[in-house]
Amino acid sequence: MSIWEYANPKKFVETTTPLLPWTFGLAGLCLVGGLIWGFFFTPDDYRQGATVKIIYLHVPSALMAINAWLMMLVASLIWLVRRHHVSALAARAAAPVGVTMTLVALVTGAIWGQPMWGTWWAWDPRLTSFLILFLFYLGYMALWEAIADPDTAADLTSVLCIVGSVFALLSRYAVNFWNQGLHQGASLSLDAEKNVADIFYYPLLACIAGFVLLFIALVLMRTRTEIRVRRIRALELRARRAEART
Amino acid sequence: MKALILRDLRLAIRAGGGFGLGLAFFLIVIVLVPFGVGPEAAVLRRIAPGILWVAALLAALLSLDRIFALDHEDGSLPLLATAPLPLESVALAKAIAHWITTGLPLTLAAPGLGFLLNLSPAAYPWLFGGLALGTPALSLIGTFGAALTVGLRRGGLLLSLLVLPLYVPILIFGAEAARRGGDGLEATVPLVFLGGIALGTLALMPFAAALVLRINLR
Repeated sequence: MSIWEYANPKKFVETTTPLLPWTFGLAGLCLVGGLIWGFFFTPDDYRQGATVKIIYLHVPSALMAINAWLMMLVASLIWLVRRHHVSALAARAAAPVGVTMTLVALVTGAIWGQPMWGTWWAWDPRLTSFLILFLFYLGYMALWEAIADPDTAADLTSVLCIVGSVFALLSRYAVNFWNQGLHQGASLSLDAEKNVADIFYYPLLACIAGFVLLFIALVLMRTRTEIRVRRIRALELRARRAEART
Repeated sequence: MKALILRDLRLAIRAGGGFGLGLAFFLIVIVLVPFGVGPEAAVLRRIAPGILWVAALLAALLSLDRIFALDHEDGSLPLLATAPLPLESVALAKAIAHWITTGLPLTLAAPGLGFLLNLSPAAYPWLFGGLALGTPALSLIGTFGAALTVGLRRGGLLLSLLVLPLYVPILIFGAEAARRGGDGLEATVPLVFLGGIALGTLALMPFAAALVLRINLR
């Protein structure tokens, strides 16, 4: 019993069918619970007022934007090495979720930034890196759409994901070099000393858990859809070939 | 490999090769900028390094789809892939030819065009050095991008979307070097980074491009 069993599309779909409603349910619970807790049951920050509450949307979505790309990278590597179609389709499925998370992070960041820094946008290193990440996502999705043969598309997008990851990392440090920036340093870490105050920390953890579960649920659902799309395509091809023979 | 480079150079110089087009595009963009931002000399001096770099980037971008397009159209790409020369060397030769026809003229022309934008005198050597290090990297990354989109109709726009984010670090370090040099500051740090990127892409991009070409030629 190894994880590679789930590379079989049939087993993957069978296993995720009962799992999916629970994942969505748990995600909804964590998200709604965390957001209500954070928005209504925590005090206003003495410096930032009520606007700090947007942290409950901004930080989890920013975390997931990066993690979505990392998941795509791992899935791409698995496809290139082991040729599991489910892996390639999972990477394809994760991209729109990741790009939406990036967009949410950028927009909530702008909404937070306007009262905080007096500007909707600044060319701060973290914001700029996220904008570049957004462009990488767009390029990845565009390449999937552009190529007709699914296996070639999977291969090319996998290589793009890998090369893109190297350059995304490089850009991150280049942008840091380019502009020292307004964004505060790391205020969230496993080291409790440097954390945002505890009273904000626990609802934040709940929201992060909610976003992670939401990401997992969405990617599982979308991967199942991609598998079904491939099945339909195979059935159509088979039907067309049968017709051609008669 | 030398034969391949010479062949590409000859093709570029002859009919419709687009040899001078990159340079002409560079010139046109530089001329357009003052119309866009106003002729005030101080403003132009501040933005000159960035504009020169962005224009060089775009000019390099324009000629990228030609790298493999001609060979793909007349069917010589599979021949190159099965030739005794490794496909990685083919990709490197293509990148070198692209650099000689686009990057090198841009690097040589940039100081000449810098005066149009009132580039500060101290910035000239840093601009030149930055472009000399950065344009080979642009060609190498561009070759990878061209290999990704070879044979696609409308591949040009997709190519820009894929390649421009990869160009960002080079732009950042190059423009930063020219800006700092222009302000009279020490600008070796960004140049060293540029050199690192150039060497890194020289080492890795031919392999990535060859891998992608093989996928596309299946």
